[in-house]
Amino acid sequence: MSMTAQRITAMPVAEIPDGPAAPPAPQRNRNRRRRREYMLFALFALPNLALIAVFAYWPVIGNAYLSLTRWDMIAPSPTFIGLDNYINLFTDPSFLRVLRITAVWVVAVVGASLLGGLALALLFTTKTRGRSAVSALAFSPHILSGAAVAAIWLFLFDPNYGLSRAFFSVLGFGSPHWTTTSQWALPALIIVSIWKGVGFVAIVYLSALQSLPEDVLEAARLDGANRWQVFRYIKLPLLSPTTMFLMVTQVIGAFQSFDVIAMMTSGGPAESTTTLSWFIYNEGFRQFKAGSAAAGAMIMFVMLMVVTVVQMRFVEKKVHYS
Amino acid sequence: MTTTTGSRPSTDTPSTPAPRARKFRIRSVGGMLGLTVVGIVFLLPFYWMFSSAFKPEGEIYRWPLQWIPSTIVFDHFARAWEAVPFAQFFVNSLIVTAAGSTLKVLLAVFSAYAFAFLRFPGKKIVFLAVLGALMVPGHVTLLINYMTIGNLGLINTYAGIFLPGLASAFGTFLLRQHFLALPKEVLEAAELDGCGHVRRLVYFVLPMSKPAVVTVALIAVIDEWNDFIWPLLVTNTLQARTLPIGLMFLKETEGVDQWGPIMAGTVLVILPMLLLFLFAQRYIVAGLAGAAVRR
Repeated sequence: MSMTAQRITAMPVAEIPDGPAAPPAPQRNRNRRRRREYMLFALFALPNLALIAVFAYWPVIGNAYLSLTRWDMIAPSPTFIGLDNYINLFTDPSFLRVLRITAVWVVAVVGASLLGGLALALLFTTKTRGRSAVSALAFSPHILSGAAVAAIWLFLFDPNYGLSRAFFSVLGFGSPHWTTTSQWALPALIIVSIWKGVGFVAIVYLSALQSLPEDVLEAARLDGANRWQVFRYIKLPLLSPTTMFLMVTQVIGAFQSFDVIAMMTSGGPAESTTTLSWFIYNEGFRQFKAGSAAAGAMIMFVMLMVVTVVQMRFVEKKVHYS
Repeated sequence: MTTTTGSRPSTDTPSTPAPRARKFRIRSVGGMLGLTVVGIVFLLPFYWMFSSAFKPEGEIYRWPLQWIPSTIVFDHFARAWEAVPFAQFFVNSLIVTAAGSTLKVLLAVFSAYAFAFLRFPGKKIVFLAVLGALMVPGHVTLLINYMTIGNLGLINTYAGIFLPGLASAFGTFLLRQHFLALPKEVLEAAELDGCGHVRRLVYFVLPMSKPAVVTVALIAVIDEWNDFIWPLLVTNTLQARTLPIGLMFLKETEGVDQWGPIMAGTVLVILPMLLLFLFAQRYIVAGLAGAAVRR
C-alpha cells in the first residue's frame, strides 16, 4: 500500500517542485514517523498496561460477579444467587460485629497515628541533638515486615516472659494476657500497628512543616501571635492537605492490614480481632465460601471508594486556601 | 508594629534575654526528654529481639529479666533451622524479591518514558486508567487473582508470587513526573544528533534520573520482601514459602513460647531490610514521604 502511494506522489513532485502537491513527501515521512512512535509507545507501555488490566481491573469486575454467586471453589463453576450474599451478611450479627471491630480498629489506629505522628514531628523540629537519628529510628518499623514486627511484639506482650511483665510489675500490676483474652487482643494489635506506622506519619508531617512559608509564620509572630496561636491558627490549617492525604492513606492501610493480625491473633480469641480484612481471608480461603468473601471484599471496596472521593472533594475545596 | 519590635530581646533592655534563655533551656530539656522517651520506645523492641536471639535459652525465661546476655550463642538459629527449612525460605525470598523488583522497575521505566515522551492517541485517558489502578485495594483482587494464577498453573512458583505485583502504577506515576521535569534542551540536542528513543532513554533520561529510579527500586524491594498475604495464598507447600510466611509457620510449629528460635527467625526477616534502610535511608524516606507531600 505504501508503494502505490509513493508512485502516485513521486511524479508531481518531480515535475512541479513549488506546486500545491509538494508537501506530501515530508508529510508522508511524518506519518510514518508518527506510526513508528505509536508502535514504540505500545511496545514500551503495553506490558505494564496488560498487567494492570489483568491483575487490577479484571479482578474488580470478576469479584463483583463472584459476590453474586455461591461457590465453594471446588465445584466447576459458581452458582448465581443474586444479592443473597449481601443480604446474609447484613442480617448476620457476627458480620455486623466484624464491621464494628473494623470501625474501632480503623478509627483507633488512624486517629492515634495522626495525633502521635504530628506530636513526634513537632518534637523533631526542636533543635535537640540526636533528633535525626531518633526520627530515622521511629520511621524504620514502617519498612519492616508486619509479620516480623508482630513476632517481636508477641514476645514483648508475653505475660510471663515478656517486657510487658516487667513494665506492669513496676506499676504494681500483673501483665494483661494481651493476645489470649478478648478484651486485650484488639488493643494489643492497635498498639503494634501504631508503633509500626506512626514514624512514617511523623516524617511526612515533618517535611510538610519544614516547607511551610516562613514569611507567613514570621508575619504572624510579628503581629504578636504566641507559639500556640501560630500552631493552631496558621500551621494546622496550612497542614490540612497533608492531614487529609495521610488520613486517606492510613485509612486504606488500616482497612487492609493483615499480617499483624495473622501473626498475633488469627482473628481471635472468640473472633474479637476479626476485622473485615481477616474476615475476607478467612471466609474465602479457610471456609471456602468464595461468594460471601467476594461480597465482603466489595463492601470494603465501596467504603474505601467513598473515603477517597470525600478526600478528593475536600482537596478541591481547600486547594486555594494555601 | 513598633511595640512588637520593641519587645524583641536584641533591641530592648538587658533584662529581657534572661527569661528567654531560661525558657529556651526548659524547652530544650523538654525536647531532650521527649526524644529520649521516643528513642527508648522504638529502640527497646529491637534490642529485645536481637539480644534474645543470641541469649542462652535459660536467660530468656529468667525473672527478674536478664537485660544483657552473659554470652552469645547461636543455638536458636540452629533450632529454627531444624524446625523449618529456613535456608529455603531465604532463597525463595531472595529470588522473588530480586526478580520481582527488577521486572517491576523495568516495566515502570519503559511505560513512564512512553507516557512522558511518546505520542499516542488517547494517551491522557490511558494514563488516567493507570492512575485508577492505584485506587483498587489489593484485598479486592485476592480471590480473582488467585483463580487467574491457578488457571495459569503458577501456584507454588516464583512467578506466581511476583506476577500480580509487577504492574506498576505508582512507579510509572513517580518516574513520569520526574522525566517530565528533565531539561528539554538536552533531549532535543540528543534527538538532533540522531539518537532514537531507546538510546535517549538509556544514555540521557536514565542517568539523569538515577535518584528517582533508585527510589522506585528500593520501594519495590521492600514491598516484595515484606509481602505477606499474597505469598501466603499462592503457596501451599513448605518448600515454596517466603520468609515472612515461614516465620509464621515457625511460630506455629515451635509453639508460642519458644521465643529463642522465633526471635532468631525474626532477625533473619528484619535484618536485610534494616541494613538496606541504614545505607539508603535518604532515598527511602524521600521516596515514601516525599511522594506524600508533593500531592
